[in-house]
Amino acid sequence: MAEIPESPVTPGAPDALVVADNVHKRFGRLEVLRGIDLTVKRGEVMCVVGPSGSGKSTFLRCVNHLEKLSAGRLWVNGELMGYRQKGGRLHELRDHEIAAQRRDIGMVFQRFNLFPHLSVLGNIIEAPVQVKRVPRAVATERAMELLEKVGLPDKAGAYPEQLSGGQQQRVAIARALAMEPSLMLFDEPTSALDPELVGEVLDVMRDLAEGGMTMIVVTHEMGFAREVGDSLVFMDGGVVVESGTPTDVLTDPQQERTQAFLSKVL
Amino acid sequence: MSSPNQPADGPRKVQTPDPDRSAAPITAVPVRYPERWVAAGFILLLAAMFVHMLFTNDAFDWPFMFENMFSEPVVRGVWVTLSATLLSMAIGVVLGIVLAVMRLSGNPVLVSVSWLYTWFFRGVPRLVLAVLFGNLAILYSTIELGVPFDTYLMAAFGLEGDLRFFEIDARTLLSGYTAGLLALSLSEGAYMAEIIRAGLQSVDRGQTEAAQALGMSRAKVLWRITLPQAMRVVIPPTGNETIAMLKDTALLAYVPVTIELFYQLQAIGTRSYQIFPMLVAACLWYLAITSVLMVGQYFVERRFNPGQNSVRNRVVGGAH
Repeated sequence: MAEIPESPVTPGAPDALVVADNVHKRFGRLEVLRGIDLTVKRGEVMCVVGPSGSGKSTFLRCVNHLEKLSAGRLWVNGELMGYRQKGGRLHELRDHEIAAQRRDIGMVFQRFNLFPHLSVLGNIIEAPVQVKRVPRAVATERAMELLEKVGLPDKAGAYPEQLSGGQQQRVAIARALAMEPSLMLFDEPTSALDPELVGEVLDVMRDLAEGGMTMIVVTHEMGFAREVGDSLVFMDGGVVVESGTPTDVLTDPQQERTQAFLSKVL
Repeated sequence: MSSPNQPADGPRKVQTPDPDRSAAPITAVPVRYPERWVAAGFILLLAAMFVHMLFTNDAFDWPFMFENMFSEPVVRGVWVTLSATLLSMAIGVVLGIVLAVMRLSGNPVLVSVSWLYTWFFRGVPRLVLAVLFGNLAILYSTIELGVPFDTYLMAAFGLEGDLRFFEIDARTLLSGYTAGLLALSLSEGAYMAEIIRAGLQSVDRGQTEAAQALGMSRAKVLWRITLPQAMRVVIPPTGNETIAMLKDTALLAYVPVTIELFYQLQAIGTRSYQIFPMLVAACLWYLAITSVLMVGQYFVERRFNPGQNSVRNRVVGGAH
């Protein structure tokens, strides 16, 4: 990984893994994020809820720099994402430096985005072999363990299109875990699934949370947020309207907008 | 809570097959299409007349054709044609990838150079290009490798001489075959650029994002994720291009490349005043090689569609 730049020490608590400081994102004249301040501690599971268009997915994509911030700063693991601070100015990181930062952050997408030209095994070992230069045999062994963990030990040779949505999403989780990330991002991981397949994906995520993984989960599954989440963030209109423990926010929302949203989804 | 499957009144209904009800296969009188039989008979008649003509018209002179079709210079011409096809396609594909990546790079200079290249080589007919490249020796008598603008540079430093390390006579390098091959390859690069660009753009954006999220660099994403998936879209038109290229190698006869298949067949025809049989021989040769290439295309397509022969695809594909 690139040398730690002479950026200031990460603000926030010493056990903070993700720190967002006044994050803004503009698409042309449309302001999607209007100042997000958040801290995710190591081992914390943060669920982000809110109506569509509230900016929650955009924020998630800012965390691993799939979207460039328009203003503000974002640190993961003490590293400023996408930039290096040098001589009082920000310098954009090169492509391979950004890639190096992303290796430590797993991401699971709403529409799985498995690689259709690779088998399940191929999907999982692709990044470890190509990016981390892990020997193929070692990567394969680790992939089989991960498939066991997500409950698909007999699907290594299958191709993505031969799997159900729930199975594909579990492979996608295994693929992200194969890089041994310290942070997992979930972008509405169950929204594209048939209702009866949602449970199997949530089960895998629950196991992961219990194993101590730090997770940011954008979701509409309030039950999951309440049971598994350590914290809940309600976003609307590009700002954090309310946050706190899931029980507090879900049972006793203080803000009118939160109350209105929850009355529709609960 | 009431289940939506249960009607508000009446008992729950469960459907089970009733063994007593008959399920005899339908037997009905099919619709007849007499006009199709008339049309088929008419076409068969025309075909019979054509075959009759093939055997009775003396201009065909089949024995002469078969005798010369496999003569040594003609067979050598077949190999020249094949090698020119494969070489120019290989160069064309590589050029096409480079041009397509340039076109999608976002750098204004690279984008416009790629666009200009495509504009020129798609705009000029291949026959004209082939003849033009055959006469390129007029433009450059020798081809030299060295520092660009060397004479100006040396003068600027107050020195004499040049900075050229390697030179070759243009007529040696740009002999008929090389010149023709160059023309075909450069022209093909322009077409392949468009085909590959379409292929790259057909790959879902989520694929790139997923690969980037795994920490893959842009080059890795292109080689490992985007290009292999683009192949599915790229290969069928590339097969067309290969077949078109095989036929376009006949243009080499006008560079001129004297060892080329069509040139050889025509030469025999003109020499012996048996023009038509040799033209038929050309048709047969090109048809034969094209058929072989089509078989090759089938296997290449299968290679780049893993999982496509899966159960689901067979079911979906078979059901229409």
